Amino acid sequence: MAEVNTGGGGGKGGKKRSKKISTKIDMTPMVDLAFLLITFFMLTTTFNKPKIMEVKMPVKTEDNKKTNYKESETMTLVLGEENKVFYFMGLTNPQVESTDFSDQGIRKVLLQKNKSIPEFKVVIKAMDTSKYKNMVDILDEIHITGVKYYAIGKISPKDIELTKTVQGS
Amino acid sequence: MPKVKIPRKSISLDMTAMCDMAFLLLTFFMLTTKFKPEEPIAVDMPSSISESILPDANILTISIGKEGRVFYGLDGQEAKREVLKNISSKYGVTFTPAEEKKFILMSSFGSPVSELKKVLGSKEAEMKQPGIPIDSSNNQLRDWILYSARADKQLKVAVKGDKETDYKVISRVIAILQDLNINKIKLITTMEAKPQ
Repeated sequence: MAEVNTGGGGGKGGKKRSKKISTKIDMTPMVDLAFLLITFFMLTTTFNKPKIMEVKMPVKTEDNKKTNYKESETMTLVLGEENKVFYFMGLTNPQVESTDFSDQGIRKVLLQKNKSIPEFKVVIKAMDTSKYKNMVDILDEIHITGVKYYAIGKISPKDIELTKTVQGS
Repeated sequence: MPKVKIPRKSISLDMTAMCDMAFLLLTFFMLTTKFKPEEPIAVDMPSSISESILPDANILTISIGKEGRVFYGLDGQEAKREVLKNISSKYGVTFTPAEEKKFILMSSFGSPVSELKKVLGSKEAEMKQPGIPIDSSNNQLRDWILYSARADKQLKVAVKGDKETDYKVISRVIAILQDLNINKIKLITTMEAKPQ
């Protein structure tokens, strides 16, 4: 009897033939989704790290030794309010002038002086009221113009007095 | 003449390979993405032409906001734990393990030590921190930097200042660093095109 059942084929209703389902699935939506997520993560990932500008401050010495420079080679830059910058050469009766941070401003002055004076040095002094941006800008200008020697100094009341002579005129 | 029979090709192609690749890339991007942690201080950095990149590790970041609030951020969890231990013994404030853990996970903070407990306790206080005192009578920033430098021998100090910060605050922070014999300072900036 068993033989009959097995051999008899499906027609008899004894065994149901399972339908062959294709193993292939449509992967299009999955790929779509995957690419969508890829795009999202690619756009949100930031590979660029913040840039830095390294500043080396002078090391404090025990005896507070000061190096002297020729006044004729040293320019003092005073950063003032409202993106103004004052500059003068030397310290004895200097001719103070003011300019700004544009291409035609302080950059031109620095380039010209750097060319004409072989050992050109710059001392940067910022007023308390000047902005941090000005400081970064001026350091930038120094790098752009290729001034070799520069230092960040402390502002003195005398420097502020000197800048006032310009503002008055 | 018999017609040339063009074999009919199935238009459904095997997408397994593409799918594999797509998921590989997806995994890569998901793992490399670092979501920017929410910081209690917004700093709009100035731009410079400098091209050096901030190193990955051993960085102490001093953020200075527009209004002159000073924030402190240190990477390296072990170093942070040690710094907190030193600070708590110096200022006589004790922290629970939970608070300690919160402190280690925080990206940056800026409040006097006396209020640190409150900041660690509530999200609201965390968003409204007054900044670390830097004046000479109550110079807490100096202690934070000092202990950080002790905890991490290779510490590099980065200053992240806002464009509009008064230079007065920046010079004060630099003076504190110089006082601690840290003379190399990294100013964090954004990129700017180099002029021709």
